[in-house]
Amino acid sequence: MGEKITKVFNPAETLNEIENKFEMFQILNEKGEVVNPDALPDLSDDELVELMTRMVYTRILDQRSISLNRQGRLGFYAPTAGQEASQLASHFALEKDDWILPGYRDVPQIVWHGLPLWKAFLFSRGHFVGNQIPEGVNVVPPQIIIGAQYVQTAGVALGLKKRGSKTVAITYTGDGGSSQGDFYEGINFAGAQKTPAIFIVQNNQYAISTPREVQTAAKTIAQKGIAAGIPSTLVDGMDALAVYVATKDARDRAVRGEGPSLIETMCYRYGPHTMSGDDPTRYRTSDIDNEWAAKDPIVRFRIFLEGKGLWNEQKETEVIERAKEEIKEAIKKADETPKQKVTDLISNMFEELPHNLKEQYEIYKAKESK
Amino acid sequence: MAQMTMIQAITDALRCELKNDDNVLVFGEDVGVNGGVFRATEGLQKEFGVDRVFDTPLAESGIGGLAVGLCLTGFRPVPEIQFFGFVYEVMDSISGQLARYRYRTGNTFNMPVTIRSPFGGGVHTPEMHSDSLEGLMAQQPGLKVVIPSTPYDAKGLLISSIRDNDPVVFLEHLKLYRSFREEVPEESYTIPLGKADVKREGTDLSIFAYGLMVHESLRAAEELAKEGYSVEVVDLRTISPLDIDTIVASVEKTNRAIVVQEAQKQAGIAANVVAEINERAILSLEAPVLRVAAPDTIYPFPQAENIWLPNYKDIIETAKKVLTF
Repeated sequence: MGEKITKVFNPAETLNEIENKFEMFQILNEKGEVVNPDALPDLSDDELVELMTRMVYTRILDQRSISLNRQGRLGFYAPTAGQEASQLASHFALEKDDWILPGYRDVPQIVWHGLPLWKAFLFSRGHFVGNQIPEGVNVVPPQIIIGAQYVQTAGVALGLKKRGSKTVAITYTGDGGSSQGDFYEGINFAGAQKTPAIFIVQNNQYAISTPREVQTAAKTIAQKGIAAGIPSTLVDGMDALAVYVATKDARDRAVRGEGPSLIETMCYRYGPHTMSGDDPTRYRTSDIDNEWAAKDPIVRFRIFLEGKGLWNEQKETEVIERAKEEIKEAIKKADETPKQKVTDLISNMFEELPHNLKEQYEIYKAKESK
Repeated sequence: MAQMTMIQAITDALRCELKNDDNVLVFGEDVGVNGGVFRATEGLQKEFGVDRVFDTPLAESGIGGLAVGLCLTGFRPVPEIQFFGFVYEVMDSISGQLARYRYRTGNTFNMPVTIRSPFGGGVHTPEMHSDSLEGLMAQQPGLKVVIPSTPYDAKGLLISSIRDNDPVVFLEHLKLYRSFREEVPEESYTIPLGKADVKREGTDLSIFAYGLMVHESLRAAEELAKEGYSVEVVDLRTISPLDIDTIVASVEKTNRAIVVQEAQKQAGIAANVVAEINERAILSLEAPVLRVAAPDTIYPFPQAENIWLPNYKDIIETAKKVLTF
């Protein structure tokens, strides 16, 4: 007995057709070969070198952050190695006045957007000065509630549209975040209001330990955008050029007034979920690790740039040395920041303190001056 | 001056602020063409355009997120949550995000949002429409919680809330929307947040209340006056932060107090007021401070509503215990 409705419309077949249309977009394959020459971005040689520089720098930042964390000199830290193309090539498609609403792992993007590195370290250490965003840097502190940044991005994008601004709001979550109600509310609001938003899902395959297939029956996360009526792309998140092009296209559509886009970047985090006790060997095998290490975003971009004569070992060493030096300086500056006090925290609650906080301010002022 | 119901005073306040500041935006479910399910936004979309007064998709968390994002781009959002029983859907946006933004960013961002929402019982709604959930809001540092009891107060307090540079939850009691009219100036005026109002002066007992319970308390005071008791009724108006000065001054004058809330008794605003009185004015007291509140059940099904909700008779009963202690 076939289902009667299939005589008119076949729901299962329609789903299959849609899912199969989401092919992963790639420009550079794992060997650094150009597989989609027509899709190559119009980036100058200098820009290509700059993108590589940022990826190499950020890999070093990750390594140093992990070791600083192990020495007890950094607090909360979510490792980024493996996700450099997803994070930095998407960011590379933005303009300075665009807004970024990051998830907790997306510190590199906001640093490259203008948040001083020493402040990023203070954020990690749990000091409010790390979250004091300099005037003119359009970022907010990393979001902890997975999904909240999606609905807020719909709000920023609506604000930008109302202001008639030719800028966009971009936000990041992960494969786990795409299961949140706020994920759908965010993309749906932005779609309905046709606002300049870019929603990125960095699908690094695991939400802490929970594998991607436990999150959803959907074959891709990208296809979830279809339900909200917004253009959606599945992209190789280990391929900087593909991520750049997908994001740039989404940005161009947004500033033309064509509304938001959803981009799923297929990637992998090499390290643990965070440095707070996560042990990836409990949920990932070394075979899986090796399979993804072979797709490394920096390796393939290096091959591509070397082939064009734009990159060599000396250049890479220079970037690494510069990164190490600047990280050292930033840590020093973070160390010099005065310790925060409860009176600071009380002062930051309201524009004008109500009676209860005024009283408590005096109590802590006395305690803290002892 | 015009005679206005509370709902008209609220619409009038929104109109004043939409005129006063181009950054004010009014949005929510059905607030546009329909003017809101209670008509609080009646005519505003027509007057100010769909860019300033607009309908959203039906999703409270999305509405809360929209408010946060609009603040980041310099707007002054006034979202409506259609019924406050739906607040659970937007708790993260309110408590996890709006209330924390200034603090989280060390004073570099602020959230000048006023969330308006109807609440309160006595009008036989379906489930999740009548609950008094102001305690949930008052428990969250970083929010101000305002509950007017009269049309005049509603207009002045709403204008102050919208102009405030921190997030305000503005709760409008359903039963007060159209229950009476009073004189309300047509021009703009403000009533400071965090200030209680002595609605009736007295010397024997202080009753602290807010929302609909202010009116039940006034009725109780009227009845008690017939028996020779002089009862003061203080409308808290803002339940977070509390107006400690007015509360303490009243207790120091009358030496006896009760606190009335429509919400369930457990962990409520009334308990907080009692604690403040104990900490600050215990030596003025001639009797324990008692509470009048609803029982600690889930909000009742409509047929039991009238017995469940505290009323002036309950207030008189408790007031007498304190007066004759």
